[in-house]
Amino acid sequence: MIKKEMIAMLLAGGQGSRLGVLTTRMAKPAVPFGGRYRIIDFPLSNCINSGIDTVGVLTQYQPLRLNTHIGIGIPWDLDRNIGGVTVLPPFERNVHSEWYTGTANAIYQNIEYMESYNPEYVLILSGDHIYKMDYEVMLDFHKANDAAVTIAAMPVPIEEAKRFGIVITDDEHRITEFEEKPEEPHGNLASMGIYIFTWKVLREALIANADQPNLDFGKHVIPYCHGKKERLFAYEYSSYWKDVGTLYSYWQANMELIDIIPEFNLYEEYWKIFTKCETLPPQFIAKGAFVEGSIIGEGSEIYGKIYNSVIGCDVFIGPNSIIRDSIIMNATRIGADCDLNKAIVAENAKIGKNVKLGIGDETENETDPEIYNHGLVTVAEHSVLPDNISIGKNSVVSGVFEAEDFEGGMLAPGKTLIKAGERR
Amino acid sequence: MPIAGSYRSIDFVLSSMTNSHIQKVAVFTQYNAGSLNEHLSSSKWWDFGRKQGGLYVFTPAVTSDNNYWYRGTADAIYQNLAFLKNSHEPYVIIASGDGVYKLDFNKVLEYHIEKKADITVVCKEMEPGEEVERYGIIKTDDEDRIEEFEEKPVVARSNTVSCGIYIIRRRQLIELIEKCAEEDRHDFVRDILIRYKSLKRIYGYRMKGYWRNIATVDDYFRTNMDFLKPEIRDYFLHQYPDIYSKVDDLPPAKYNAGSDISNSLISAGCIINGSVTDSVLFRKVFVGNNCYIRNSIILNDVYIGDNTHIENCIVESHGTIRANSYHRAEDRIEVIVESNERYII
Repeated sequence: MIKKEMIAMLLAGGQGSRLGVLTTRMAKPAVPFGGRYRIIDFPLSNCINSGIDTVGVLTQYQPLRLNTHIGIGIPWDLDRNIGGVTVLPPFERNVHSEWYTGTANAIYQNIEYMESYNPEYVLILSGDHIYKMDYEVMLDFHKANDAAVTIAAMPVPIEEAKRFGIVITDDEHRITEFEEKPEEPHGNLASMGIYIFTWKVLREALIANADQPNLDFGKHVIPYCHGKKERLFAYEYSSYWKDVGTLYSYWQANMELIDIIPEFNLYEEYWKIFTKCETLPPQFIAKGAFVEGSIIGEGSEIYGKIYNSVIGCDVFIGPNSIIRDSIIMNATRIGADCDLNKAIVAENAKIGKNVKLGIGDETENETDPEIYNHGLVTVAEHSVLPDNISIGKNSVVSGVFEAEDFEGGMLAPGKTLIKAGERR
Repeated sequence: MPIAGSYRSIDFVLSSMTNSHIQKVAVFTQYNAGSLNEHLSSSKWWDFGRKQGGLYVFTPAVTSDNNYWYRGTADAIYQNLAFLKNSHEPYVIIASGDGVYKLDFNKVLEYHIEKKADITVVCKEMEPGEEVERYGIIKTDDEDRIEEFEEKPVVARSNTVSCGIYIIRRRQLIELIEKCAEEDRHDFVRDILIRYKSLKRIYGYRMKGYWRNIATVDDYFRTNMDFLKPEIRDYFLHQYPDIYSKVDDLPPAKYNAGSDISNSLISAGCIINGSVTDSVLFRKVFVGNNCYIRNSIILNDVYIGDNTHIENCIVESHGTIRANSYHRAEDRIEVIVESNERYII
């Protein structure tokens, strides 16, 4: 009979609506990060580096990009005879079919998958954090404490604590209280959304709460286990961990990679991050180009000047263009004489000549000020921008545009311009 | 040998084969095969991980009746003749692993069949003025049938050179190789092509696209530098079909403050703090502060300490160049091999 000590379940079905147009057509875990990675590469690489070879990836929102990226798991050596990576979308059943209505509901609907591996422990992960973590050490901690549930947690500034699930522990790290997004937090140890469950406990809890609508780990399953006086422990983690849930934190995390010796170092031999490699060729830096404080992906051709930016693979940047503090994703083409400041340009975009992004003052965005802020300009994937236009700060554009879409060749700061129905 | 930052020379022939839908490939290795075997550790990069066919690597093996190394190209095939005999495909392509080109082998095969040839030799007309004396020189009649074939002549009588790529029927090849072995001859070119050139119908297929062989240091240097030209890059790296290689999972290249790059190819995993001009940097190269690199090729995993000057050189892979070094070759390309101690934290 198949027996795996611990299997991982990776929640990758969320939209991540706070990333704005970046997640219009792909789930958050599929969003590119750091030049050539996608966010899901980090938990998947952590799994294989921790010796976990069985991973179920739960998908729901816009799964195409995620499915093509994961494939049969070759980049992470997760193509296995027994185990490996399995993509688990919601499915129809005889009676009572439903979408995944909550994090724990998604896991509940895949009890059969988990049971087929006969695990001792189940690791629950989410696909929207950037970090390197050895889950095996966390499992050792779980075993040493004879725990039913171990929650990875890290200290956060107290004023941010209300955005997280907060755990309060005694001296032995045993959790005495659990508050989900509390108004008045009593501590600052935040749950990172990484749980190890003893399989029997998880199974029992999921079945007992099966009828709870929108069954969620933080809101229902953890409090249920706590209520049953199970042994809950907090595994304190203090290395780099970044939630890239908002556009600004996503931009920040990318920019942090540029530091001379970044806190989160991709260049270490130990704990490699694996990804599906779409292109191989080297990048070309032309005569007259200038690159400083940047990282650039494979196959890109740079004719312009790049400062403090993260450039993806197969990007073309025309002569005399200046890119500053920006993120340019894979296969985007930028014409000559452009000037980009704090721009996020998603994949396969085409930007004409003499285009200025990020001008004017930081006027609040008219539709979604909580997404498009801090002076960032966002261009959605497959967008086309004509020559000679300017776009202001805190603006967002998506779609195929002509010159007449921009009155006076200009989009004022804080505007949202989304052409509906454009597919390509 | 590493080519163009991210590839090895064998990738070009293997990619051409997979792009021509050839499913079964045998690679004969002998000389210093460690890095090649490592490169071929998985056949999946070229889509050769198939149930039907696949990638086979043959190294010389000691058996009860044979303990020779491969004594020549024909001998390498002879020692593994069982593989050919047990196959069922009608045709065999023989190619060397040191050419840089893209070729649709199906077109060559169509030509081979159309000409009713016994052997087809792929050849390339070199530019006038090119030194061709180190190649096999071919002279054909009006029908492209090969009349003369001279291996490395003192004076070349034509500028058509053999690319070292041949198509031949499998049974014909087995027959010729067996006869060769009986006569104790071991070289495919000398003992088969040249000896049989009037007896068998041997035709030359003229290749149109880019082709280079990297047999000498100069050739190697020039071939790599060719990739700084936009049309060559476009042909090999951006036009379909692609060239495949082993995937390394390296992070993107990083340019720190103080880096100044011009007209250069930079590969994944590089970290650059200095000035690089007209050069090709392979994977995982580290360039220290205040370095000056010009018209040079830096192979995989080289560490270059601060304040170093390198001009007109090829730096061997895994080299460690101490800070404040000065390397400048005058009229020819110099190969630097330096394996100073490197401390890894």
